[in-house]
Amino acid sequence: MEEFFQQLTNGLAVGGIYALIALGYTMVYGVLKLINFAHGDLFTIGAFLGLTLLTSLGLTDHLGAFAGVVVLAAMVIVLVGLIGFLLERTAYRPLRNSPRLSAVVSALGASIFFQNAVMLIWGARPLVYPHNILPKTIVSIFGMDVPLVRIIMLGTSLVLMYALYYLTHKTKIGAAIRAAAIDQGAAKLMGIDVNRVIALVFCIGPALGGAAGVMVGLYYGQISFTMGWLYGLKAFTAAILGGIGNIPGAMVGGLLLGVIESLGAAYISIAWKDAISFLVLILILIIRPTGLLGERVADKV
Amino acid sequence: MMDKRTLALFAGCILFGILPMFINPYWTDVLNNVGLYTILALSLNIILGHAGLFHMGHAAFYAVGAYTTAILNTQYGVPVMYTMPLAGLLAGIFALIVARPIIHLRGDYLLIVTIGIVEIVRIALVNDIFGLTGGANGIFGIARPSMFGFKIKKPEHFFYLIWGFCLLTIFFMHRLENSRFGRALNYIKEDDVAAEGSGIDTAYYKLIAFVLGAFWAGMTGTIFAAKMTIISPESFSFWESVVLFTIVILGGMGSIRGVLVGAFLIIGLPELFRELAMWRMLVFGLAMILMMIFRTQGLIPPPPRKYDVLAYLKDAIKPSAASAEGGAR
Repeated sequence: MEEFFQQLTNGLAVGGIYALIALGYTMVYGVLKLINFAHGDLFTIGAFLGLTLLTSLGLTDHLGAFAGVVVLAAMVIVLVGLIGFLLERTAYRPLRNSPRLSAVVSALGASIFFQNAVMLIWGARPLVYPHNILPKTIVSIFGMDVPLVRIIMLGTSLVLMYALYYLTHKTKIGAAIRAAAIDQGAAKLMGIDVNRVIALVFCIGPALGGAAGVMVGLYYGQISFTMGWLYGLKAFTAAILGGIGNIPGAMVGGLLLGVIESLGAAYISIAWKDAISFLVLILILIIRPTGLLGERVADKV
Repeated sequence: MMDKRTLALFAGCILFGILPMFINPYWTDVLNNVGLYTILALSLNIILGHAGLFHMGHAAFYAVGAYTTAILNTQYGVPVMYTMPLAGLLAGIFALIVARPIIHLRGDYLLIVTIGIVEIVRIALVNDIFGLTGGANGIFGIARPSMFGFKIKKPEHFFYLIWGFCLLTIFFMHRLENSRFGRALNYIKEDDVAAEGSGIDTAYYKLIAFVLGAFWAGMTGTIFAAKMTIISPESFSFWESVVLFTIVILGGMGSIRGVLVGAFLIIGLPELFRELAMWRMLVFGLAMILMMIFRTQGLIPPPPRKYDVLAYLKDAIKPSAASAEGGAR
């Protein structure tokens, strides 16, 4: 029971990170029907930018741990959001009306570009985050010991997810995003500037990914330039698990995948950890291709 | 009398054929790699280019073939070339098993599932599945192949083996393109609902496309294992699948010439810039984006199918006109 509870909390903490990255995939897929393969690498950029800002500006020394991390996350969110915006402008907008596969190859190209840019700027060796920022306190919940870090991780991702949910479901601009996802043509006729909506989505998605990058750096301590693609793949799995294009789906899918993976690693085999999540993905797609929360859409002929 | 184009093609082939005599073994090996990727990309072209199925896990089938050869050769001492049909067959059966339940998936869903499959295969190989694959280190000590009593060991020997097989592949793919099967696949690519409406069993044709592509990739795996003598899971990563995928799309989906040019550009060209090692991949990524923006259809897209309707009508009218005349008499 103790072991199970430990794995569950660990799974939820990692799942929150998956969910944050998955939101970027799902939002972009919602409006453009494009798998943004470069998204995982934007997450990596977030992690590296975070480390550079943290060490060069000494934020946590001046502002204290909590305020320092918040300011750091805000800066990374803005910077990575900007990179996402530029990415859309240069690599995806010219291909808006091209065959789907051309945009996929362009996305793969962008992924290779970013990955190697990170390697050239920060070097090929893994870098280490300072490990004295987050508290090492262990709190006890229902008599079980849980590291406080896990609760902070889960809490932060939930707060960011709620902020996004509020933005997309309660505000006017959110309504525009959802409208553009359902039918771009009709959205245009209703006076929505679809180009601006897409640009906005490409800011928000990568921004959340960048925040997730900082969280991974703080949680695991080590970051490397290749980590983006595995996290990206897992997050995409999470997005499909919840039903791609569906924002609450990505949140649920991310948390679920984190828990499945963590329990699978503990009770089945740690060496097969990654294979288990992909197997779950394949089974979900065979049994329920639209994901857990996705609705069935009739085929257009 | 042959026309000029065929003559030029023959001359080009002969020139290419005697190339290994003039270049050093390193560049011969580069050409060998280009040849291997050409064959693999051509086999992927059946699935991705002709049937239009988003398949990004081709390395999985390639791996099954290569490991079949490696295991049979090192454990049971079967000569390498004899394992080739079996490697293809096992890869084909593997494709049949994994593709059957996912064949109804479309577009991006299929893409992500095939990525999942190639990753599961790689993890299975790393974890030494069935105690046969040698884990992360892979299998080493695969024997050199021999054909008709001649032992193939130097790069220039492999050059002829690989490009000979490549020639055979091109011939086979060319025949396939113009067959009833090839046309059915193209119909599925353009509009699979309409294809189904016209009486094409789409699931069956898609499955056959998968099995054929996997069969060919499996046989290529044999040559790869023989050439390297060491194989490890890292040779069959997701990245390999991405490279193959890119060759097909960049060259032009469904075009044999496009795939050839694509393989030379993506595998051969970076070798020319070896000194720029660090910057090479950065430029490569940028080039992929620019290529897609400025040549969306790929370098050499396949020519549209042409049917000479007039000739067909004349053909159709003639016998009936003759019989009508016969009837009047």
